[in-house]
Amino acid sequence: MATNLPVSAQSQGGVGTAPVPHTEHDDHLHDHEHHDQHWLWKYVFSQDHKMIARQFLITGMVWAIIGGMLSSLFRLQLGWPEATLDWLQPVLGKWIEGGKLNPEFYLALVTMHGTIMVFFVLTAGLSGTFSNFLIPLQVGARDMASGFMNMLSYWFFFLSSVIMFCSLFLETGPAAAGWTIYPPLSALPQAIPGSGMGMTMWLVSMVFFIVSQLLGGVNYVTTVINMRTRGMSMSKLPLTIWAFFLTAILGILSFPVLFSAALLLVFDRSFGTSFFLSDIYIAGQALHNQGGSPVLFQHLFWFLGHPEVYIVIMPAMGMVSEILATNARKPIFGYRAMIGSLIGISLLSFVVWAHHMFVTGMNPFLGSVFMFLTLIIAVPSGVKVFNWLATLWRGNIRFTAAMLFAIGFVSLFISGGLTGIILGNATLDIQMHNTYFVVAHFHLVMGSSAFFGLFAGVYHWFPKMFGRMMDEKLGYIHFWLTFIGVYLVFMPMHYVGIAGFPRRYYSWTGFDAFSQFADLNKFISIAAILAFFAQFVFIFNFFYSIFRGRRATENPWNSTTLEWTTPIEPGHGNWPGEIPAVYRWPYDYSKPGSEVDFIPQNVPYSQTPSSNLPYERELSE
Amino acid sequence: MTSLTILLVLVLLLVVFGLLFRLQILTAIFSGSYVRQIGTSNRINAVLMLVFMVVGGAAFFWSFAENFSKMNPPIASIHGHAMEKMFWTTMTVIGIAFVITQALLFVYSYKYQYKEGRRAYFFSHNNKIEVIWTIIPAIVMAALIFAGWKAWTRITGPAPKNAVVVEVMGKQFNWLVRYPGRDMKLGVVNYRLIDASNEFGFDLSDKAAMDDFTASEVHVPKGHPVLIKIRSRDVLHAVYMPHFRVQMYAVPGMPTRFWFTPTTTTDEMRAKLGNPKFNYELACNQICGKGHFAMKLNIVVDEPDDYVAWFAAQNPISKNEDLMASFKQMSKQTGLGKGNSQDAKASAIEEAGEMPATPLAAQSSM
Repeated sequence: MATNLPVSAQSQGGVGTAPVPHTEHDDHLHDHEHHDQHWLWKYVFSQDHKMIARQFLITGMVWAIIGGMLSSLFRLQLGWPEATLDWLQPVLGKWIEGGKLNPEFYLALVTMHGTIMVFFVLTAGLSGTFSNFLIPLQVGARDMASGFMNMLSYWFFFLSSVIMFCSLFLETGPAAAGWTIYPPLSALPQAIPGSGMGMTMWLVSMVFFIVSQLLGGVNYVTTVINMRTRGMSMSKLPLTIWAFFLTAILGILSFPVLFSAALLLVFDRSFGTSFFLSDIYIAGQALHNQGGSPVLFQHLFWFLGHPEVYIVIMPAMGMVSEILATNARKPIFGYRAMIGSLIGISLLSFVVWAHHMFVTGMNPFLGSVFMFLTLIIAVPSGVKVFNWLATLWRGNIRFTAAMLFAIGFVSLFISGGLTGIILGNATLDIQMHNTYFVVAHFHLVMGSSAFFGLFAGVYHWFPKMFGRMMDEKLGYIHFWLTFIGVYLVFMPMHYVGIAGFPRRYYSWTGFDAFSQFADLNKFISIAAILAFFAQFVFIFNFFYSIFRGRRATENPWNSTTLEWTTPIEPGHGNWPGEIPAVYRWPYDYSKPGSEVDFIPQNVPYSQTPSSNLPYERELSE
Repeated sequence: MTSLTILLVLVLLLVVFGLLFRLQILTAIFSGSYVRQIGTSNRINAVLMLVFMVVGGAAFFWSFAENFSKMNPPIASIHGHAMEKMFWTTMTVIGIAFVITQALLFVYSYKYQYKEGRRAYFFSHNNKIEVIWTIIPAIVMAALIFAGWKAWTRITGPAPKNAVVVEVMGKQFNWLVRYPGRDMKLGVVNYRLIDASNEFGFDLSDKAAMDDFTASEVHVPKGHPVLIKIRSRDVLHAVYMPHFRVQMYAVPGMPTRFWFTPTTTTDEMRAKLGNPKFNYELACNQICGKGHFAMKLNIVVDEPDDYVAWFAAQNPISKNEDLMASFKQMSKQTGLGKGNSQDAKASAIEEAGEMPATPLAAQSSM
């Protein structure tokens, strides 16, 4: 166990600094007017980035449970297509008719599952939580650039959540055209009932969601650029911050395009325009729309849709880099290459969107272009994997729950990322598009890998968020059950996809071509439902530990980054005294010549003569 | 009553687990082992990493082998064979990368587990190795891109001049099929002319439409290129024929196309699979509503002679009286279908370059 470095003096503002008024931050004992906020401003409409982060986290977790429940329901249908589901009637009411799940509601279930998981859990729940929590703490700022905008960002998300949640209970059902909501299906209520009020509410909810993302994103970018503490140059930023920073830029540039797609769809639905509609005869009527193209919607949607998946995975990548380094007690291998690959991925993510559209009827020349660009993006992703492996090599690994999930992240990212190479090849995509091969691919990279990044982040930063530790043993159980579970669900799913089983199918019993995997589908459903239930180990651990967890120390993981130099429960303003200055990069773990196996960023070189590298000796004066 | 009992039992079980958990923590505290230290748990997790790799890897390879024959739909087109080869070559390449990287991950996790007194190796970067593991994947990707691109341009390029043409129109929730008849030209179609008897929206004022005929299943000749023209009448659908390795969206307002050459007749495939009931199937592969999962169309691959015989036996739509009557009525209603030159010109533009210049030899003798 590492001894405490003489750094605590540093975080208190250094020797010789006059004591500042807000040294103690104990709500119960002190009566400073500045801290006596009404609970409405302290807990509800808080402008403190840490409180907002917790709000995003709890809301994200609630949505994750709902999204998981939806998937359990439709996996019941897929695993047992002949079964009677009467016992679900108390819960699903009219959506169970004659013991069978309503096929339109089935489509609504998969639509809402996708929407909830991609946007509400993996975007808001991931970035919203960790960008908010860590950016000010790791760059050395008192709070975000605008606490007010930050507060609005959460409450717009909350408003968006309420609307989307309510849409689940509509009589005509929630949106049911797939999370990708392509028109004309999503534009015409007569094509599917969910495209009535359900789709309207989906669009309204997403507009507020996009607003929330933009408010947050602008804040994150501004804070990283403008509010770094003394000595914190861009090349001394932890990789988490680089990841959150680039993610925010991606969001700012791409979410408005989704907004435009949604806006044009609103016009087609309600104001008689023909952006996406043409030559339609439906429900006994020839519609007046002429000249529109459904393919245009797809371009606009995927212009966000593709960067969106990198918005999901990059924060997880950043956090995993941090957690692997901390728990292997080694610098992250190739810090600059890691930054370079994040930048490469960010840039390339904008020019690959039409690989989702190879077989949509767009000009095949575009297919060639996008195939070329898509396969290039595999290179920086591969570089990251190699660097993570090199970080583990010759480390001294400590398996905290966070570390287990970080290692699991790498494994799942390898599995899911490699099948992306098949799908990026337009020729092979002819056969694989819209099959369960695609479903397996994105569930490995997003549904598993990014989720593991989320879990790793929660376990790792829980002590800083709540001043207590989560239970380690429950963490191990949660990890192993989930890790085994997701592989049992999604590895076999590739076989189903290779066999050509289409996605979004209520059942495959109508086709001889899709009749050979009934048992496998049952297996997948069982594994999925069990994996879902295993998450309650985490839920229990999380809430129990908030109230009864072992009290944390200031820096329980012996990590080098700035957030661990704050008091155990950082208060308003994060550091009671002066903000520490930064002298070194965040990865001085196991540095030769140093008695302790880590040197925090805020320790000057003058204090570590024995471990300074030659060029660092010049900096120590 | 039963559900209430089950609920109560679940709640009680949860309470029991909660108490056991608390008991476990308290005993650990009293025995002094609760203080976080790196000991047995760490070693157990390290071993589990290795066990997971071995057991998981074995299970994966076993299940893959078990399911291999089931996961490969028999191939019945020329480009399909080439695509299969490309698919499994790529899978082999990524399979190798998969095995190497996963093995390193789990082996390193075990091998470099915490050991008292050991120090991690401070190794921050190595630019040479970064270059190596950037360049090598880039070269591999380039090879895959090139191969993929070549195949793609061939598959999506113009259909051979002697291709047989068939048009498939997707609608909620089935497929309509039509053939261009002896003149080998598909007639004009207009969605405003659609009604119950004229599901396609045929414009029967167009001479080219007169000998078109509809069919309840698609027939194609073995060994001849087939050009499928694809339309949709309402929402997005997709033509997906897994045995032929064909997929293309059906877009309302934007006709699409895909061409392929079938290599095996339905009868030959039935014999090969030992399944007398086998049929090539077309499935809808783009979410289109309630009946998305039930849009099946049978494709029959005939010997060329049988195809010609079948073709000759079909009745052109001009002989369908209900259709004629419906067309006349809709034409009067909408003002369309009066040999309207704009429609015909537009249709001709669509068809340009896609129509066979030389007919299937036997056809011209009819």
